[in-house]
Amino acid sequence: MLGYYVGMALRSVRRNVALTALMIVAVAVGIGASMTLLTALRALSGDPIPAKSARLYSVRVDNWGPDAPNNAMLSDLVSYTDAMALLRAQRGIRQSAMYETTFGITPASGDANPFTATARVAGRDFFAMFDAPFASGAAWSAADDEQRAAVAVIGAHLADRLFPNGGAVGRNVLLGERSYRIVGVLKPWHFQPRVYDLSSRLYQETEDVFVPLSTAVDRQLHTMGGSYCDHAVGTVFADTLRSECRWLQFWVELPDPAAAKAYRRFVENYAAQQRSAGRFHWPPNVALLDVNAALRAAKMVPDEMRVSTVAAFGFLVVCLVNATGLMLAMLERRAGELSIRRAVGASRGQIFAQCLAEASAVGIGGGVLGLGLTALGLAFERLILREDYARLVDLNLDAVWTTFGLAVITVTVAALYPAWNASRLQPAWKLKAE
Amino acid sequence: MLKMTHLSKVYRTEVVETYALRDFSIHVKEGEFVAVTGPSGSGKTTFLTIAGLLEEFTGGQYQLDGADVHGLNDNQRSRLRNQKIGFIFQSFNLIPDLNVFDNVDVPLRYRRLPGAERRKRINEALERVGLSARAKHYPAELSGGQQQRVAIARALAGGPRLLLADEPTGNLDTQMARGVMQLLEELHRDGATIVMVTHDPELAARAQREVRIVDGQVIDLAAPARLVENPTSHPAA
Repeated sequence: MLGYYVGMALRSVRRNVALTALMIVAVAVGIGASMTLLTALRALSGDPIPAKSARLYSVRVDNWGPDAPNNAMLSDLVSYTDAMALLRAQRGIRQSAMYETTFGITPASGDANPFTATARVAGRDFFAMFDAPFASGAAWSAADDEQRAAVAVIGAHLADRLFPNGGAVGRNVLLGERSYRIVGVLKPWHFQPRVYDLSSRLYQETEDVFVPLSTAVDRQLHTMGGSYCDHAVGTVFADTLRSECRWLQFWVELPDPAAAKAYRRFVENYAAQQRSAGRFHWPPNVALLDVNAALRAAKMVPDEMRVSTVAAFGFLVVCLVNATGLMLAMLERRAGELSIRRAVGASRGQIFAQCLAEASAVGIGGGVLGLGLTALGLAFERLILREDYARLVDLNLDAVWTTFGLAVITVTVAALYPAWNASRLQPAWKLKAE
Repeated sequence: MLKMTHLSKVYRTEVVETYALRDFSIHVKEGEFVAVTGPSGSGKTTFLTIAGLLEEFTGGQYQLDGADVHGLNDNQRSRLRNQKIGFIFQSFNLIPDLNVFDNVDVPLRYRRLPGAERRKRINEALERVGLSARAKHYPAELSGGQQQRVAIARALAGGPRLLLADEPTGNLDTQMARGVMQLLEELHRDGATIVMVTHDPELAARAQREVRIVDGQVIDLAAPARLVENPTSHPAA
């Protein structure tokens, strides 16, 4: 019967070209507007690690106090003192303090020029916490962390650049002036937004190089990411370590909300201890934000964009109400045909199903045209957005399916009332009138 | 085949009740060709739509092919309508953007018959009404008489037990009307049970029996003596 309904739907489209075109355009404009904004919003605010986003927490500790300037909200960065204390406590399943730095890299082959690569200084747990995919090798060991070993994990792009013939693991790479042994190579890793570092550009690619925190501190590798101090500190690296400057992210993986509550209490107790010890002069002020909460707090997506998206969906509703009206008019015009179908044995359910199939045809048409309008809208957004944002805003397969699905589902929903109305018509009355 | 006993149909508004049929009783036997006549507004078409399960009745009893139809739900009524009843309307009621073949196919689709079976039935029905060569034509390309023949083919294709015709020649000129009437008579001769609403006394006289409706009631049964004894025989032309 479905094939018959589809055939009838296509006939209906041919029979009511103008009205169908009007409905398709109405739907497509609504779909195009809402999908353009939704695609951009999803790209910019999407959960980069949905399977674990409720288990990974950014830990924040107020080490400046309420009177410090620019301290209205808790920063996503903590001081080295606090990071080390939290790290030593090992209260989570996994935890890592981290920061961003850069390396000048000198390729082994003499004919290639040195270049700069971004690097993440982190603990070995970092890779497992954020599901970094290894192509070969693995994260460095706990012993490497303890012994401040000169080891590194490198990204796929850098591995291809340095070792085009493969076999990077076990080889050495010159990072700055020191040689590091490569223990692992990542697969291409598109982790965006890059939530583990909210102080940098969230939509950058992941780093090329990863080295142990203990090693980096030992080698006095300065942060190239965010670093904020409440007062001036000396230029010596040890001064930075001792200071109250905030320059490390601290993330912890916890199994469930109960563990998160317990961990928060632990951090509060830690802050209270710091107060007792005379370091803090204010009541404990700490926070534990999961991935999505951290993204919201970072306000990387302007509120205006969220409002615009809601408004676009409101517009879609208006378009659908319009389409509903047009469908009512179209089915009213076809009351004679539907009455004949009822007279020769179609049940109300069969008429209802046929009308919905016809609406789905409009939905598919609206989806195709809406997809085109969405592509145009996104192309326009890419023109006006910052480069790192613009790179994310594209019409991927997900967006294509969402657009089609949204068009077909919303139009079918919009057709429910007209279809129900058509299925309830009294064939006797219409046929008498004829 | 069709038996209505003390049947009533009332249309109610907030201020008025209108009896379209009142204490209406009729019995049409299998193989009969009955003409239903009466003035305009007498309730002929209401009778036909109730008989065809297109409309519900208010009171009384209605048995179709031996089964009480009171209280059937829409699916059951639709299935009965599809399997046991064939409609022929005054204004043909073909679907204009379906060709002849597809128009005849409509009731068969709702019966979910396999494609080969449907094609066989459609071809037989079109052959029966002499329109095999016009299967790909659209209604607008046919004369009124041909359109009515398509409607008859559509009614026949499902192999109905009862044909209900509402002024089947009302929109046709004399010559075409004669052709359609001859076709109905042939169908009757082949065993079809036909109930035909008409206000044309000439057509009514060609049926086996005439039932007259006035003000929603059967007031008069005129049965030509030569036919009552043998309801399946065909009246003399």
